Amino acid sequence: MNSVVCISHVPDTESRIKIADGKKVDETGLKFIVSPYDEFALEEAIRLKEKAGAGDVTVLTFGPDRAQQALREALARGATKAVHVKGESGDADSLGVAKVLAAAIKTIPHDLVFLGKQGVGTDNALVGPMVAELLGYPQVNVVTKLEVADGKLTAHREIEGAEEVLETATPAVVTAQKGLNEPRYSSLKGIMAAKKVAIDTKSLGDLGLDEGDIYKQRVVVVSLETPPEKSGGRKVDGADPAAAAQEILKYIREQAKAL
Amino acid sequence: MAGVLVFTESKGGKLKKASREALTIGRRLAEAAGGELAAFSTDAASAEEAGRFGAKKLYVAAAGAYSTEPYTAAVVQAVSDSQATVLLFAGTADGRDLAPRVAARLNVGVASDVDRLEWTDGKLRARRPVYAGRAFATVEVTGMPAIATTRPNAFPAEEAGSGAAEVVNVTAATDNRVKIVETKAPEAGEISLGEADIIVSGGRGLKEAANFSYIRDLAHAIGGAVGASRATVDAGWIDHQHQVGQTGRVVSPNLYIAAGVSGAIQHLAGMSSSKHIVAINKDPEAPIFRVADLGIVGDLFQILPVLTEEVKKARH
Repeated sequence: MNSVVCISHVPDTESRIKIADGKKVDETGLKFIVSPYDEFALEEAIRLKEKAGAGDVTVLTFGPDRAQQALREALARGATKAVHVKGESGDADSLGVAKVLAAAIKTIPHDLVFLGKQGVGTDNALVGPMVAELLGYPQVNVVTKLEVADGKLTAHREIEGAEEVLETATPAVVTAQKGLNEPRYSSLKGIMAAKKVAIDTKSLGDLGLDEGDIYKQRVVVVSLETPPEKSGGRKVDGADPAAAAQEILKYIREQAKAL
Repeated sequence: MAGVLVFTESKGGKLKKASREALTIGRRLAEAAGGELAAFSTDAASAEEAGRFGAKKLYVAAAGAYSTEPYTAAVVQAVSDSQATVLLFAGTADGRDLAPRVAARLNVGVASDVDRLEWTDGKLRARRPVYAGRAFATVEVTGMPAIATTRPNAFPAEEAGSGAAEVVNVTAATDNRVKIVETKAPEAGEISLGEADIIVSGGRGLKEAANFSYIRDLAHAIGGAVGASRATVDAGWIDHQHQVGQTGRVVSPNLYIAAGVSGAIQHLAGMSSSKHIVAINKDPEAPIFRVADLGIVGDLFQILPVLTEEVKKARH
């Protein structure tokens, strides 16, 4: 059982976002983490490998040098190989990123391709299905439960307030939703072992990709702004429950017009 | 001519609310671009309602229940048949599954989950929340067609008062490698977060899983969806489908009622674009009060039951 897990290195979800030059996030002082949905993807791939008792989990990322930290973290948790395609992923749009990942995936033996359902931050939720299309694979998106056996996978896909159970053959692209599993932490032993793994570093050229096409932004960021801070509205003492309920009711009726 | 094609979803000829919203903004774009609005559907019975929302034509493919591959082939064919320059999808589960696959096949990009859209200088310009609403990006989509997915609830749904759309059949490959084994229907009375007009959310202040009944009772009484903070989901009190915030759902309903939610930065990012926010919390310093239009410093266990009864009376 071989899997490729595509991961991205994103600002910590707790961080305050500052904007540089009106178009990009100011990375100074930001702590970066493995994108949370990618953690579910990685955990699932590791569990499948453990269950099969053989195979590789290759983590793959496209990004600048700092993205190697994400690969090291993934190796420490149990991935067995790592591929780093160097480049300014922030200057490529989702399709550009998907093209890089798809080209790299073709060079790695695999039965399944995993990604998080979205990168946290840019919040596009586009790359998974794009990679599936570029590879010509079936996709199962926003997966909360997965079973793989005999070249076949059964996946639960989250839809509005409900779920669908889907079946397809490998190879396929699976995007992970929260709830798929409980990701493990890295152990000290894992961290030490991860240090011994050589990260396979590639350039866009190594993959036969044209930089002009990868960085051709089909979706161009014109500006990036933080929303105005809300000052907060009226604060009322709710010691008397009946009076508080009336206050809320009045607001719902007159302001929200929801009753 | 710059035509706009909107992927729509319906049940028994009735369009989903998110599709009506996408058609409405699609019509605005078509007007600004001097083109025509068309819709795509797998349900010819929706032609009348699509027409009422301004679609002149309805491209219909016999693709059955939603599945990525046959729908991709059908939408790509409809884009070619209609010569659309703008293609919109409502950001539903299916719309979000389909849009990127279609885009990759057409070698174009997608502005996803947008809350504003306009046609300026011959280009599609969109605003989209990033970092779960902690920043807003304005983007230009340069592909042909230019593709966007619209955030449910961010655009109004307004009828245009025209007749039924003309049905145009689309013929496309129906090959499919993915089989739908089962569709588990939502529980009766449950409204999903993404599309809800009203959300009642609970946080750690509920103290234990069973107390989500306080939230559910009010949500059912008022006709809203049940939301939850990350802490309650991580504690296993409620399913992740209910989580609001950065690793859950980013929502912008008309009314958001938060009870016992302190307001971690992740949660605030996910709901602060709601149009009206009411917060109930015992702690007067809780960060949730910074974004609340009406803040009640009090005990949710005492206030919510009274409020639920009052709402029931008002809606009776």
